[in-house]
Amino acid sequence: MTEIGLNHFLFLAAVLFCISVAGIFINRKNLIVLLMCIELMLLAVNLNFIAFSYYSATLSGQVFVFFILTVAAAEAAIGLAILVTLYRNRRTINVSDLDEMKG
Amino acid sequence: MDNYLNNLLLAIPLAPLGGAVLAGLFGKYIKRAGSHWVTILGVAVSFVCAVLVFKYLVLEGKHGDKYETTVYQWLVSDGIRFQVGFLIDRLTMVMMLVVTFVSLMVHIYTIGYMKDDPGYQRFFSYIALFTFSMLMLVMSNNFMQLFFGWEAVGLVSYLLIGFWFKKETAIFANLKAFLVNRVGDFGFILGIAAVLLYAGSMDYNEVFAFAANKGFDNKTIEIIPGTPWSAITVICILLFIGAMGKSAQVPLHVWLPDSMEGPTPISALIHAATMVTAGIFMVARMSPLYIESEVALMVVLSVGAITALFMGLLGLVQNDIKRVVAYSTLSQLGYMTVALGTGAFAAGIFHLMTHAFFKALLFLAAGSVIIAMHHEQDMRKMGNLKKYMPITYITSLVGSLALIGFPFFSGFYSKDVIIEATHHLAQHNGTLVAKLAYYSVLGGVFITALYSFRMFFMVFHGTERMDEHTRSHLRETPWVVTGPLILLAIPSVFIGAMVIHPMLFGGFFGGAIKAPAGYDVLADIGKSYHGVFGFTLHGMLQPPFFLALAGIATAWYFILKRPDLGAAVRTRFRALAGLLEQKYYFDHLYQYVFAAGGRLIGRFFWRVGDVRLIDGAMVNGSARVVAWFSGLVRRFQSGYLFHYAIAIILGLLGMLTWLVWPLIKGVVHGV
Amino acid sequence: MLLMSALMVVSARNTIHSALFLVLAFFTCAALWILLRAEFLAIALVLVYVGAVMVLFLFVVMMLNLNTDLLREGFIRHLPLGILIAIAIVAEMFLALNSGGFRMLDQAALKAVDVPGYSNTRALGSVLYTKYLYAFEIAAVILLLAMVSAITLTMRRLKGTRHQNPAKQVKVMRADRLRIVKMQAEPKGDSND
Repeated sequence: MTEIGLNHFLFLAAVLFCISVAGIFINRKNLIVLLMCIELMLLAVNLNFIAFSYYSATLSGQVFVFFILTVAAAEAAIGLAILVTLYRNRRTINVSDLDEMKG
Repeated sequence: MDNYLNNLLLAIPLAPLGGAVLAGLFGKYIKRAGSHWVTILGVAVSFVCAVLVFKYLVLEGKHGDKYETTVYQWLVSDGIRFQVGFLIDRLTMVMMLVVTFVSLMVHIYTIGYMKDDPGYQRFFSYIALFTFSMLMLVMSNNFMQLFFGWEAVGLVSYLLIGFWFKKETAIFANLKAFLVNRVGDFGFILGIAAVLLYAGSMDYNEVFAFAANKGFDNKTIEIIPGTPWSAITVICILLFIGAMGKSAQVPLHVWLPDSMEGPTPISALIHAATMVTAGIFMVARMSPLYIESEVALMVVLSVGAITALFMGLLGLVQNDIKRVVAYSTLSQLGYMTVALGTGAFAAGIFHLMTHAFFKALLFLAAGSVIIAMHHEQDMRKMGNLKKYMPITYITSLVGSLALIGFPFFSGFYSKDVIIEATHHLAQHNGTLVAKLAYYSVLGGVFITALYSFRMFFMVFHGTERMDEHTRSHLRETPWVVTGPLILLAIPSVFIGAMVIHPMLFGGFFGGAIKAPAGYDVLADIGKSYHGVFGFTLHGMLQPPFFLALAGIATAWYFILKRPDLGAAVRTRFRALAGLLEQKYYFDHLYQYVFAAGGRLIGRFFWRVGDVRLIDGAMVNGSARVVAWFSGLVRRFQSGYLFHYAIAIILGLLGMLTWLVWPLIKGVVHGV
Repeated sequence: MLLMSALMVVSARNTIHSALFLVLAFFTCAALWILLRAEFLAIALVLVYVGAVMVLFLFVVMMLNLNTDLLREGFIRHLPLGILIAIAIVAEMFLALNSGGFRMLDQAALKAVDVPGYSNTRALGSVLYTKYLYAFEIAAVILLLAMVSAITLTMRRLKGTRHQNPAKQVKVMRADRLRIVKMQAEPKGDSND
């Protein structure tokens, strides 16, 4: 058992990221799950940042994560708000029904 | 830096500009009287400032020979400075005084002339703007500002010739003036570019120093491969083409007679006294360059001589009072150019100055007649006006005498010096060009006297040929018209005798004007110069004087004594008369060769270039490509969120693959 | 544990389950962050995400009452493609990580944090309020914006609710409320009947 290094964290984050990518793919109809997947992706990115911050002995990574958390929270709030409005107006959140923007 | 002087210098061009802006933009609010007051005030301020500068620099002798200051640096590009600055030397000062004085007179005169015109404010705004541009031109210390002033006077002249823009001929004339000037300006800007190329600067001082240090020696330019030309000659000739356009020399003279379509004050201000002299001024200013090139001077000389003689001939057959004066302007400009060509630059400027006064006087007198005749310009319908308009009569007599170079009048001195200069040059180097120039200017004297007094006699003497209605209204014009006439008549008489000595032989111009290295004509004349009276007496024994008298006598005989003879001569020499009446067919040539050719080329480009290439291929074609491409792209825009998501992810995958491609290759190799 | 819960997030049949698994994933991640000496962020993650955002998610999911079956159509069909792409990306990342670019950082692990009395929160705070003050304020504005926009997006005036209009109340004039009517006095006799 080797010591746990930076690579392990990065790999973990990569796998987490890919799971969320796959989640976007296979849950392409459910908007809420899509949002959750995006949260998960951001989590993976944050994990990367914190790992780097730890292993390079600087705080800027953590500051970055702080801001990402802020923006992600805002994004989640607005996204859900849009979702609620959408549901109210259309009675569905099925992505395949949402083709208003079709060119 | 001299603050007092700097402020004065700034005030000189800015005062008329301020007047122009006020009259032009706020003409509605300040009314007619307001607009003529602000512009006249502006020009008067600028005239007073010019006098003060003259007193300060010349009479008190501050700052030596010349004063230079930079007002504003616009930009520096690749070591070349573009700036606004003033170079005040004696040459500039003469021009400043002449321009502001004549302009002031014309402003005052305009009050009377344009009294009933609806475009009153606009007119004042234009002429003040013109004064500003002309001052910028003469006061500049670099080529860029010179070019700015050059183009600005061109523009204002365009606006003013077409001032009565509802008149079809006026529109035609101003377009013609503009186009012909474009030809000249093209040469001019090429010349400036060539100066920049060789001397590496736009600044007068640096360029002249470069020329003085023989910087142009052995520099050649190959416009046609295999035939090297001396660079300085090419530069001088290109600059002179610009001067030809502005100063209306053959063959770019065609615009000036037509420009008489504009109101008379403009003809006086622009087409006689100031703007057309810009070319002469420019050549005199560039004298340090011109003395380096004998060939260029020869070109200048021959063009001037041709203009002086042949344009005078045209004046003989014109019946429009203003056109006669216009052709005489052309002829006199030819004299100035001849003076430049002989290397007697100071004589050219001298004649420019005297001419500015008496030609403005003549034009304004003609304008005064036109006002009295209710805008009738045909001389055949005038006659015996001296009974009705004594002041105009006397002043135009003064103007005519000055014009033909009658002794003691200003024109006598300047014109006689020019003739002397050509004579000396012809004797000195004996080239054919110089000899021909001498004979043309001599012939020009006769012609000048003939047409001037033909006009004079036709208008003021003889039988009254106007209709009853006009005759009943004939009276002397108001003081705003006659005042400037009198004021202009005074310098027309005296200025020649007053300034001939300092200006030509006393070294007034100092370093501003250089004389040719090989043969200084003026110095040669100066050797035999013994005071004004001596010069006058000497002049009275010379052929020009007798020729002028002969011209007057001929005019008197044909117009007053035997009016029927004119028609007889005309029938006898019908071919010649036809040639003159058609102005040597220059207009026809331009009309049919250049204009028609231009139209042909234009049509070709319109058919092929515009309709097919630009409209067809580029405009419609690009629209078609966009339509096609967007039709293609439209299919991607399904509107489904997951399609976009997939696109993003595929893009991510692709980018990642591209980034780690070397590693993947390594793995594949390892396997 | 993190990966397991993440997998469950994307594959759970019920949306509520997947949201709860997301909470679990956040928790495990926070634990990892504590291991990496980022205590403040770990706590923040738990509080903000688990406490606020995830509750919001659950709330929305429950409120909307969705037909999950319909939303899951095509799940199986897209599964292979999704997994394929995920595996491809993982593989590439693995390659990149294995190339050894980050090895030297292992040795330079944050030793400073091992000194006694070190507080991650204090260090982060001191940086945040000095060096990144501007960005910090922008973040605050973004949060405010998110709040306002979320409220405006979802709020609607229900008909039939009673509410005051202060502007109208202030602007009211006497003439609007009170009408003085002139009428004849009634004859006395009749009223005595």
